[in-house]
Amino acid sequence: MSGQQAPVLRLEGIVKTFPGVRALDGVSFSVQPGEVHALMGENGAGKSTLMKVLGGIHQPDEGRILIDEKPVVMASPLDAKAKGIVFIHQELSLARELSVAENVFLGELPRKAFGLVDWKKLNDDCAAILEKLRVRFTPQTRVGDLSIANQQMVEIARALVHEAKAVIFDEPTASLTDAEKVVLFDVIADLKTHGVGIIYISHRMEEIFRITDRISVLRDGTYRGTLVTAETTEEEITQQMIGRKLDLTRNIRPVETGDVALEVRGLACGDLFQDISFKVHKGEVVGFYGLVGAGRTEIAETLFGLRTPTAGSIHLDGNEVTIESPVDAIRLGISLVPENRKEQGLVLSMNCRDNMTLPQVDDLTAGPFVSDGAEVAIFDQYRDRLDIKTPGWRQLAGNLSGGNQQKIVIGKWLSMKPEVLIVDEPTRGIDVGSKSEIHNLIRDLAAHGYAVIVISSEMPEVLHVSDRVIAMYSGRITKEFTAAEITEDKLIQAISGLNGSSGKDAA
Amino acid sequence: MDNAKLKNRLKYGAIWGFIAFELIFFTVAGEYLSLSDKVFLDLDNMMLLFKQSAPIGIIALGMTIIMINGNIDLSVGATFALSAIVLLDSMTWPVFAGLGDWVIPVSWLLALLTGVVLGAVNGLIVWKTGVDAFIVTLGSMLGYRGLVFMYHGEQPTSHLNWTLVDFAEASFLGIHTPTWFLLAVAVAMWFLMTRTVHGRNAYAVGDNREAAVNAGIRVGPHILVNFMLIGFLAALSAVVFYSESGSVNPNDGELYELWAITAVVLGGTKLTGGSGSIVSTFGGVIAIQLLRKGLGHIGADTETVNLVIGVILIAVLFLDRQLNIKGREELKT
Amino acid sequence: MARFWSSGLGGLLARQGILVAFALFMIGFTLANHRFLDPDNIMGVVRSSAILGVMALGVTFVVISGNLDLSVGSMMSFSTIVVLDLHDRIGPALAIPAMFAMTLVLGAIIGFLVGYLKLNSLIVTLGMLSAIHGLTLTYSGGKNMDIADKEGTWFSVFGQGEILGFPVPILIFLALAAFLGIVLARTPFGRKVYAVGGNGVAATFSGIRRARVVFATYLISSACVATAGLLQASRSLGSQNTVGQGMELEVLAAVILGGASLLGGSGTIFKTVIGVLILGFIQNGLLLVGLQFYAQYVVTWIIIILAVWLDIAAKRGRLWSPIA
Repeated sequence: MSGQQAPVLRLEGIVKTFPGVRALDGVSFSVQPGEVHALMGENGAGKSTLMKVLGGIHQPDEGRILIDEKPVVMASPLDAKAKGIVFIHQELSLARELSVAENVFLGELPRKAFGLVDWKKLNDDCAAILEKLRVRFTPQTRVGDLSIANQQMVEIARALVHEAKAVIFDEPTASLTDAEKVVLFDVIADLKTHGVGIIYISHRMEEIFRITDRISVLRDGTYRGTLVTAETTEEEITQQMIGRKLDLTRNIRPVETGDVALEVRGLACGDLFQDISFKVHKGEVVGFYGLVGAGRTEIAETLFGLRTPTAGSIHLDGNEVTIESPVDAIRLGISLVPENRKEQGLVLSMNCRDNMTLPQVDDLTAGPFVSDGAEVAIFDQYRDRLDIKTPGWRQLAGNLSGGNQQKIVIGKWLSMKPEVLIVDEPTRGIDVGSKSEIHNLIRDLAAHGYAVIVISSEMPEVLHVSDRVIAMYSGRITKEFTAAEITEDKLIQAISGLNGSSGKDAA
Repeated sequence: MDNAKLKNRLKYGAIWGFIAFELIFFTVAGEYLSLSDKVFLDLDNMMLLFKQSAPIGIIALGMTIIMINGNIDLSVGATFALSAIVLLDSMTWPVFAGLGDWVIPVSWLLALLTGVVLGAVNGLIVWKTGVDAFIVTLGSMLGYRGLVFMYHGEQPTSHLNWTLVDFAEASFLGIHTPTWFLLAVAVAMWFLMTRTVHGRNAYAVGDNREAAVNAGIRVGPHILVNFMLIGFLAALSAVVFYSESGSVNPNDGELYELWAITAVVLGGTKLTGGSGSIVSTFGGVIAIQLLRKGLGHIGADTETVNLVIGVILIAVLFLDRQLNIKGREELKT
Repeated sequence: MARFWSSGLGGLLARQGILVAFALFMIGFTLANHRFLDPDNIMGVVRSSAILGVMALGVTFVVISGNLDLSVGSMMSFSTIVVLDLHDRIGPALAIPAMFAMTLVLGAIIGFLVGYLKLNSLIVTLGMLSAIHGLTLTYSGGKNMDIADKEGTWFSVFGQGEILGFPVPILIFLALAAFLGIVLARTPFGRKVYAVGGNGVAATFSGIRRARVVFATYLISSACVATAGLLQASRSLGSQNTVGQGMELEVLAAVILGGASLLGGSGTIFKTVIGVLILGFIQNGLLLVGLQFYAQYVVTWIIIILAVWLDIAAKRGRLWSPIA
C-alpha cells in the first residue's frame, strides 16, 4: 500500500506561529491514495491549527503542501475545496431551511435558463450520492427536519460531490449512534477503494484500530512520527502522544484527606449525565478525565447553578444545598473557571482589573461608588501572585495572551476565596510555560486547603495535578482511581468505552 | 424529527389560523357590535381589503428576502416617498412636455429607477464597508427623508394625470389594479424564493454566512441585488399608490418600515435570518389589514389597531420562543 | 492602506474620530459664519437639543447593555399627552408624578419582556412603539391636548424657565447627564451594564443577574423619556399626540454617533452628549451657512456611516469589508 504509489497529499515542514506560541513546528507527513491516515494528539497539540493550514484558513510561515507531488498554496477555504481537499467538520455548516439536495450542492446549484434551479438534475445527482451513503432520507427533505446525525451525513454527502483528493474527518463520530457509525465506516471504505486519501482525526482508540492504516502523532506542535496501525499498540500511541516525561511528573503523594468539602449524590441532568456521585475533600485535587462530550463540563455547570439537575443532591460541608444560579453558587463558596475563557470567562472589551473584580464589584464600594483603591489592591495582589504579565490594569482583557487571560480568570475566582474551586480545561490553548505555572498553582491551592476539581482532556495534566481521578464516558462515571493506582491503559480504557466500562453505548 | 417538522408547519401555518380567527371573530362580533348593517365577510369589503394592503404589502414582500438574508432595511419608507415625488414631479418636467400620455411609462421608469438606485446605495455600503445593515439603513432613512424634504420643502408635490388615475382606479375581472400588482409581486417573489438559484442562496447566506462564502456563493453581490430589489419594490409600491392619489406629502411613508417588518415577523420570518416564507408574509400583510378593518367594523377606535398589533407582535415572539425552548437541562445563560 | 487603519494616525482618527469630526465641523462653521460661536447661538442649540438629549441618555444605558429601544419616541408622545391631560384634571403637582409612574410601568413591561423573558429587544420595542402609539391615540381620543390656562400655571417652568440666565431644560439635561454619567461610570450597577453588554454569557458566569440589569436599563430609559415628555409638555403647554414620532431613530443615531456599538459593551454618557450636540450643531451650522434645514439629515446620514465605518475599520485593521 505505502511506498510504491506517490502520496496524494504531502506536508513538508509546516511551521505556524502565533504571537507567543509556536503552534506548529516542522510538521511533515504524507497520505497515500486509498489510505486512512489517523492524526492523533492531545488537545492543543496542533491538530486543529494544522487542519486550518490545510484548509486555507491560515497560511503556513514555513513549509510546503503538495498535492500529487505538486506544491500548492491554499489561499482560502474555497480554494482548498477547488484543489480537492474536503473537510467534514464537527460543527455543521448547513442551511436548515433548504433541502438536503440544495445543501449538498450549495454554491453550485444546477441552473436552467433565467437562473432557475434545475430540480430534476439536482435531485437525481443528490439521490445518487445519498444511495452510496445508504441513508433513509430523500434529497427533498428539509435539513432542519433531520436529526443531528443525519445532518452530519449531509455534510459527508457534500464531500462526495467532487472528485476529492483527500477528505478530512474531524471527530466525525462524536454525535453518531453505533448503527450510523457502521454506515460511516462503510463510506470511508468506499472512498478508499476510489483512491481517495483520508485523514481521520479522533481520540477514540477503538475506531483508530478499526479503520485506519497509519497513525501520525503530534505533540506540542511537533511531529512525533508515523506508526503503522497493524504493528502498533495503544501503549505506543499513548506514549508518543504524551511523551516520556510522563512518569517523572506523576503526582503521587500521601493522601491526607481533610474533611469532605463537597459531596454529590446521584446527580443527573436529563440526557447529559446520570447517576453521578463523588466526594471532594479539603486540600485535595480531583481530576475529571474523559472525552469531549462525556458530561464533565455539564456537571461543573450544574454545580455552579447554570443547569437544573433532574435528580440527586449536592452537599457542602455536610449540608444539602440548592443551587439555582451562579449567584447561589458564589454565595455558597463555589467558583468555576469555565472551559471557554473568551466566551464564558472574560468580557474582552473590559479592562483586566474590572474583569477580575466583576463577581464582587457589589462589595468593593465606598459609599455608592466602586472603590478604585480596593479594586486595584485586589488586582495587584493577584497579578503578583499569579505573575500576570500586563502593562497595567487598564489593558483590555482582549489584548492579552491566552495564558495571561486565563490567569485573569483564575485570579477572578481565587479572589473570591472559594471553598470549592472548579477549573474546566485550565490550560487549553495556552503556551507551555504558562501551563506549568498554572499546574503548580493548582497544587499550591490544594496545599492551602482548597478543594479543587480539575476537568481536563489532557492526560498529563490530569495525572500531574490530581490526587484522585474520576473517569467518565458518555454521561457516567466509569471508574475512580487514586493517584497510585493509575496507569494510562486503565485510564484510556475507562474513558473510551472499551470493555469494562459501562457507558450507555456499551450497554 | 417529526417534532421539528411539526414546529415548522406550525411556524408558517399559524398566520393562516390567525386570519381565520380574525374572520370569524369580526363576523360574529360584528353581528352584535357593528353599528352598520353591513356584513364583514362581504366580497366588496374583502376586495377593498386587498387593495388597501397593496402599498405595505409590496414592501413587506421585499423585506422578506432582506430579512431571510439576515439584514434589515429601515429606509423603505423614505425610498417610497422619494420615488413618489420623482413619479409625480417628472410628469411636469418640460423635457417630457411633448410626450402626452406617453409620459406615464417614462415617469414610472424614472420612479422605479430611483428606488433601485437608492437600494443600490444601501447595498453597496453594506457590502463594501461591512457596517451592519441596521445602522446603514437607519442612516439612509434619515438621509433619504432629508432629500424628500429638500425637494419641495414641507409642501406636498402634486400632479393629477387623469389617464393614470383612471388606470389606477380601474378593476379587471373584479380585482382592483393595486391588488393585481400586489398579487403579481407576491407570485414573482414566491417564484424567486422557491425556484431560482438566487432565492435559494438567500437562505444559505442568512443561515450561515461563512459557510455560504466557503461554498462559493458571492455574498457581497448577492446582498447588493437584494437591496436593489427592495428599493425597486418600495418604488413600485409608490407607483401603485400615487398613480391614484396624485399628491405626495413629504411625511408620507413614515413608519412603513415598521409596518412591513411587523408583517414579515408575523409571517414567521426570523430576525436572525435563514428562514422565512413569502406566502406567510403575504398572510401577515392580510392579517394586519384585516385587523384594521375588523376593529373599525366592530366599532372600536381605529387607533386601537396599533395597540392590538403591537401586543400581537410581542405575543408571536413569545410563542416562538416557547416553541423553541429545549427543556430544563438547558444552560441558563 | 491596511496598516494605516490599524496604527498611528489612522487608529487615533478611528478611535477619537467623532471628536475630530466634531472639532472640524465647529472650526468650519465658525470660519463660515462668525455668529456660530456666539454664546446665544450655542445656548440656543443646546436648548433645542435638550429633549432629544435627555432621551439619548437613557437609551445609552440600553444600548451599552446590548439591546435596542425603538419605543422611546412613541413613549415620549404618551408622557407628553398624559401630563398635559392630567394637568387640568388633578393639577401639575400630582400630574407629574402620575405621569412618571405610568411611563415607568411601560418601561417595566419592556424590561420584563426583554430582560426576564429574553425576547428580542428590536421586535419587542417595535411592538411597544406601535402599542404605545395606539394607547396614546386611544387615551387622547385622537385629539391634540392643550392646557386650558396657559398663562396661569407654574408648569411652564421646566420648558421655558431660566435660572441665573440658564434655560431650565439645559440645566435639567446637564444635571441628568452628570448624574447618569456617574451612575454608569462609577457604580457597581454601571459596571454590570458594561459586562452584560460586552459579554452576557461571561457576566452570567460571573454571578451577575443579567435579567435584573437589563430590566433596570429599560426603567432608566423610561424615566428619561418621562423627563423628556415633561420638558416637551412644559415648553409648548399643548401637543399633538404624535410629537415624539420618529424620534426613536434620531435618538439612536445620536447614541451611535457618540460611539456606542449596537453590539453592546461600549459607549459613555459623555460621548452620547457629544453625539447629541453634533446633531444639534450640524443642524444649526448648516442653517447659518445658508443651507436648507433638511440638509442636516443628509449630512447626519453621511456622518453616521463614516463614524461607524471608521470604528469597524480600525477594529478589523482594514478599510474595506472582507466579504467577497
